[in-house]
Amino acid sequence: MIAYMLCLVLFCLGVYGALAKRNVIKIVLGLAIAECAVNLMFVLIAYRVHGSAPILPRVAEGGAPVMVDPLPHALVLTAIVIGLATTALMVALAMRIYQQYGTYDISEIRELKG
Amino acid sequence: MTPPSYILPLCVALPLGGAFVTALLGRKFPALAPLLATVVAAILLGISLLSVKLLLQHGVVVYTVGGWPPPVGISMVLDGLTAFMLVTINLVVFLVVIFCLDYVNQFTARWNFYVLFLMTLAGMNGVIVTGDLFNLFVFLEVAAVASYGLVAFGTEKHALEAAFKYAVMGSVGSLCILLGIAVLYASTSTLNMADMARVLAMSKPGALTTFVTVLFLMGFGMKAAVVPFHAWLPDAHSSAPAPISAMLSGVLIKALGVYALCRVIFNVLGASPRILGVLLFIGALSMVVGVFLAIGQWDLKRLLAFHSISQIGYVILGIGLGTPLGIMGGLFHLLNHSLFKSLLFLDSGVIEYATGTRDLKAMGGLRAKLPLTGATTLAASMSIAGIPPFNGFWSKLLIIVAAVQAERYGYAFWAVLASVLTLASFMKVMRYAFFGQLNSRWNSVTEAPFFMKLSLVAFAVLCVFGGLLLLPQAREAFLGLASEAITNGTEYVNMAVTQAR
Repeated sequence: MIAYMLCLVLFCLGVYGALAKRNVIKIVLGLAIAECAVNLMFVLIAYRVHGSAPILPRVAEGGAPVMVDPLPHALVLTAIVIGLATTALMVALAMRIYQQYGTYDISEIRELKG
Repeated sequence: MTPPSYILPLCVALPLGGAFVTALLGRKFPALAPLLATVVAAILLGISLLSVKLLLQHGVVVYTVGGWPPPVGISMVLDGLTAFMLVTINLVVFLVVIFCLDYVNQFTARWNFYVLFLMTLAGMNGVIVTGDLFNLFVFLEVAAVASYGLVAFGTEKHALEAAFKYAVMGSVGSLCILLGIAVLYASTSTLNMADMARVLAMSKPGALTTFVTVLFLMGFGMKAAVVPFHAWLPDAHSSAPAPISAMLSGVLIKALGVYALCRVIFNVLGASPRILGVLLFIGALSMVVGVFLAIGQWDLKRLLAFHSISQIGYVILGIGLGTPLGIMGGLFHLLNHSLFKSLLFLDSGVIEYATGTRDLKAMGGLRAKLPLTGATTLAASMSIAGIPPFNGFWSKLLIIVAAVQAERYGYAFWAVLASVLTLASFMKVMRYAFFGQLNSRWNSVTEAPFFMKLSLVAFAVLCVFGGLLLLPQAREAFLGLASEAITNGTEYVNMAVTQAR
């Protein structure tokens, strides 16, 4: 249980970083942390105590052994790829923002308001 | 006879394939990109109309990807709501593509524009047709990431800032959704939405369900830009190129936000009165806050963007009423809003294309120089403000009548008030942009090129005659089936699972 809670704490830290920090790069890092926390959550959900690798050569006597759940691992792979795309795009945007504004501080990047 | 369910994966495969080919060959053959995009959009419009016919003939249709039966395999489900959304999205996107044919000429690297455009379309269609919760997330991200790129497409200062803001808010929303999916998978051990609903219906709703509901409300609320989560929308939608604003405001926030929210809350988690109460509240809040923020704006596209928040509020309010009439009204307003808001954004695009400004104070008397744009803007303004006989009137009427029938008089009052304020703010637009003395700066302004005009006229015609969808026969076939899909709630399960066997 404590592992799940720590995972949620990590998620909240990441979201806090993304929403409260003023530096563009720190915002991107915050999102990356939050994303890692969610991926970790998936892996935690798949975990079984004393579970073996989910490979079943033949059905053993007395039912299948305890195995970790393979599905969330597949989901995490997909989620990591999506996260990579988002992070890459945001870093590219951050670069273009720096070229245009000459700063990474979002309190100085305020063309739009109202 | 087995129904031709293979049209469902085509909705995703065609635009994705188109995007791939365009990315590969666009640089060498500049004429290819717009041609391919138009053809793909036209075929998709045909497919979506065909899906309505298919639905009427066969009922719910399920396509099993790779032949794996659900709940193990991934399935694509065509029910009333899916068909309704498919038609809405592909109709708007087709007309927007026609508009793009002329509009995009001002950009360099045009093929990139069409690549991102087709990716967004693939993502939206994917969200609509999929029957698998994780797939829904993947398609949602495909559409969202492509749209971040599209918002920044002009690479001007404000566009970059808006795109970054949009990307941050959008990512936080996506992460909430992903966390919700993780928790839901942990408690149900399945990802198929129908199967999930079956498992959830058997167990007692506990704290975990509430937690997941809150996560989904936050995540999809962020995508739909309902009021506590709306901050990114006015920036992103006003900084994007005009056809993209039309697509984002017209269909993207509805496919990713409203549709996904309805699907998850009504069909998977099951709508309790408490959730409906929350929906009603945030609906009414967005409706009123959006319109109050809109009325003081002088930037035309920003004003329109704030109205999107307000009109999404109407849609959520109608659906949150939970009565068949309310849901039908909400969905009908969703369709109507996608028509008139796209038209308004395209009109603003024409004005920007012709004069280079979005400032209402700098315009004036443009009716003399842009007669067609003026006329179509007038039609769309009347629609959004709810003047009979335009389509917006009928859907707002349905929502307000449904609110009164459900004895929610307070919400009915707010809906009327927001409608009056909408009228006021569009009178301001017409007064400052089109009527009055022609500003002498615009003496040499000319009307838009042919394809842009074609698209405007098509949208305007749809706005005028949209109300005809309420005629009994059309209503039964289209809106009725869609709202039935929501009111049936977790019944969706039985249909989606048994059909596949």
